[in-house]
Amino acid sequence: MELVLFWVFAAICIGGAINLLAQKHPINSALSLVVVMASLAVEYLLLGAEFVAAVQVIIYAGAIMVLFIFVIMLLNAGEEPHGGKTSLVAKLVGLPALGILAVMLVWALTAQAGGSVAVAGAEPGPPQVIARLLFNDFLLPFEVTSVLVLIAIMGAVVLAAPLQPHHAAKILAAQAGEGGQS
Amino acid sequence: MVPISYYLGLSAALFICGIAGFLLKRNIITIFMSIELMLNAVNLSFVAFAAQLHNLAGQVFVFFVMVVAAAEAAVGLAIIIAVYRTRNTLNVDQVDLLKL
Repeated sequence: MELVLFWVFAAICIGGAINLLAQKHPINSALSLVVVMASLAVEYLLLGAEFVAAVQVIIYAGAIMVLFIFVIMLLNAGEEPHGGKTSLVAKLVGLPALGILAVMLVWALTAQAGGSVAVAGAEPGPPQVIARLLFNDFLLPFEVTSVLVLIAIMGAVVLAAPLQPHHAAKILAAQAGEGGQS
Repeated sequence: MVPISYYLGLSAALFICGIAGFLLKRNIITIFMSIELMLNAVNLSFVAFAAQLHNLAGQVFVFFVMVVAAAEAAVGLAIIIAVYRTRNTLNVDQVDLLKL
């Protein structure tokens, strides 16, 4: 039963990841990424990690993907223009290199687990235990993360704030100059 | 019961998809989504090892990875907005100068 669930959601996961690569429009890629994240949440449930599964759905599939989709809609991002200048060398060297990397990564990860026949699953990680671990053993990293999030919020506000008038004038002048040259 | 190597194989496959997207795609938002895909793949192997070793520290680490990913997404998307505002393009091939 668990094995069947694993294979079904692993197939959905890989399918979503490949669809992310295949789609031309970013919004389709974003939606297939949501599919990948939701099926990963099921895999976490199979591994007995209920807390991580819930956080995965709420934070990843909820918050982060909403941010992505907002930005895609805000920037009115259209289809990727077909880049005509993909070099032949990049394809000839890159694709085999990617294949080699894939084989090596799968080998490294599965060889790591090859020795032990230990079976994953069923060990529950109740939120109480995780909370005790998080607020006792990992208290310092937890506080550091809160500072990190604060800095990230301030950085995002500064970066996304409207341009100052004199900067905007400079950019407009630069764009006009480019237009004049070409 | 699922052997842990299956989970690790799935994690590796997702990571490879993320690398391929990072290298092949030309839209900066899609490249960013590929990075999120790679982070998810790593999270899956964290949780798998946590289940195998009966050590919940792995799940706590997944929590930290998610927080860092959220911070990274916020800052990265703000940078994308700033780039789009000054250059009017999302194609990474056209964003190749530090100077305007």
